[in-house]
Amino acid sequence: MDSLVMLLTVFVLAIFVGFEVITKVPPTLHTPLMSGSNAISGITVIGALLLAGQMENPQLARMMALVAVIFATINVVGGFLVTDRMLKMFKKK
Amino acid sequence: MLSQNIVNIAYVIAAIFFIMNLKWLSHPRTAVKGNRIGALGMLIAIAVTLLSGQLDYKLIIIGVAIGSLIGAVAALRVSMTSMPEMVGLFNGFGGGASIMVAGAALVAAMSALTTSYEATMQMKVATVLSGIIGSVTFFGSYVAFGKLAEFIAVKWKLYLWQNIVKFGFSFAVIAGGSWYAYAEYAASNDNLFLAIALVISALLIGLLLLNKKATFPGMNLLKWASAIIAITLGVFVVLHPENGLLFWVLVGWGGVLGVILTLSIGGADMPVVIALLNSYSGLAACATGFVINNNVLIIAGSLVGASGIILTKIMCKAMNRSLANVLFGTMGPTADTPDADEVYKTVKSTSGDEIAMLLETAQKVVFVPGYGMAVSQAQHVVRDLGNMLEEKFGTEVEYSVHPVAGRMPGHMNVLLAEANVDYDKLKEMDETNMTISQVDVCIVVGANDVVNPVARTDPKSPIAGMPIIDVDKAKTCIVIKRSLAPGFAGIPNPLFAMDNTLMFFNDGKKAFMEIIEAVKEV
Repeated sequence: MDSLVMLLTVFVLAIFVGFEVITKVPPTLHTPLMSGSNAISGITVIGALLLAGQMENPQLARMMALVAVIFATINVVGGFLVTDRMLKMFKKK
Repeated sequence: MLSQNIVNIAYVIAAIFFIMNLKWLSHPRTAVKGNRIGALGMLIAIAVTLLSGQLDYKLIIIGVAIGSLIGAVAALRVSMTSMPEMVGLFNGFGGGASIMVAGAALVAAMSALTTSYEATMQMKVATVLSGIIGSVTFFGSYVAFGKLAEFIAVKWKLYLWQNIVKFGFSFAVIAGGSWYAYAEYAASNDNLFLAIALVISALLIGLLLLNKKATFPGMNLLKWASAIIAITLGVFVVLHPENGLLFWVLVGWGGVLGVILTLSIGGADMPVVIALLNSYSGLAACATGFVINNNVLIIAGSLVGASGIILTKIMCKAMNRSLANVLFGTMGPTADTPDADEVYKTVKSTSGDEIAMLLETAQKVVFVPGYGMAVSQAQHVVRDLGNMLEEKFGTEVEYSVHPVAGRMPGHMNVLLAEANVDYDKLKEMDETNMTISQVDVCIVVGANDVVNPVARTDPKSPIAGMPIIDVDKAKTCIVIKRSLAPGFAGIPNPLFAMDNTLMFFNDGKKAFMEIIEAVKEV
């Protein structure tokens, strides 16, 4: 199968999974769902790590990737931590 | 070095963990576990990526160290009242990362030395999408952050840090854009138009962010113009991927679009925008997945995109408005809106002592918080009063939260949870409305439009049909508010003048402290 078609298949299926999985969210969890899913969107860190680490890449590309690594790591680390902090607050009773 | 198959299998495991993350995050009992399994998935994905090839770790270590430090400090120090700003800001970083990854991949693909990236049609189109969506997310989130932290288009007098951020960011955008445009032009001398286009976009972004008003004449025209320019530039990037300047001009005009789209949206519509930007940050990551041919980016990005869209829909429904209406419509009084003085003729004002006497005999009390509670940080005193009533008079106390109360989805729930209010005592709007006639005293603190009975009674009002908490049907309703100023919808609220309503004009926190003092003496 052509790689584009395969990626598009994955994309469409993942969107459906997303809609199906998150069916009924109680209002209390709206904020954690947002900050938690935001941490997941930090997945771009994967691309950033590769581009920053590959030595064959031009210096400019690696510098841009460095900025991306910083941004995405803020997203990942901050997102998961702040969500955990919030959820613990909900739980402790 | 791991084989590509092992890497891909690890990515699938990470993707499964992300799906479990979102699934568990939507149920209170499993939420903590869900968030942690997501973090584990991310750790796996990052670990196998680092082991997947011959990488030079120098830049990676620097980047991860800086990012982790900033992220951790921000996450652990932010106060719960500032959570909307925080979420807005994190969305922006997600968008920014997508721009940078797509841009870097484009630069690498153009280099003769790099073999990992190839400028296929898919890659070029995806890069354009990453650039535009990422830029709209980045600059849109900055505007949302600025509005929530009250330094963009909200207040005139700013604190020092607000001034530094506001002017610093604008200056950085203008100077950075202009400097890069000049450097590129000086180097090749044949991109004059592009250099000028980049300078204009940088100037527009920088100046719009300094603007003291949320709207300005010609705004809609500029919105459409920048959208068209961004799309046209996208076509050019696909045709001439080797031109590095072109990509940044695209990002610049995407940024203009992002700023204008969010600038005019405020107040009660903020939860919609925050949820929408959340969705965009996922879609940007998804587009980046197409740039570098990576499944896990596409899956994770789509999941976030879907969850953001679901939240956006919930928020829109809670206001009985369509997404298009929130993004493009205007909210405000219409010609039919009754005059405020006329509506407020019979307003009765009350005092802490009088409220204490009412509360003494009440069997059931419901608190209805709104954005005003967040502003005056009154959640702790609200809880104190609630606990006191339960202990002293054996009153049944509940908290009722409207879905769009506050500035982000779930804002009030987070604040009340911070103040240690029992989860069982938080009621949803529908639940409260079913039993509202048995409520003796309903205390509204800092909410306005979400308790305006006009939504039920007047089909011509701008909030007609919006589901509200029917506090006017309680036996007595006490509204704590600083003045009779209208809420975001800009219309008067007849609730304030009803026979069973008493107004307590005061700051939320001070009002509750006065009531608590009075209750102590009863």
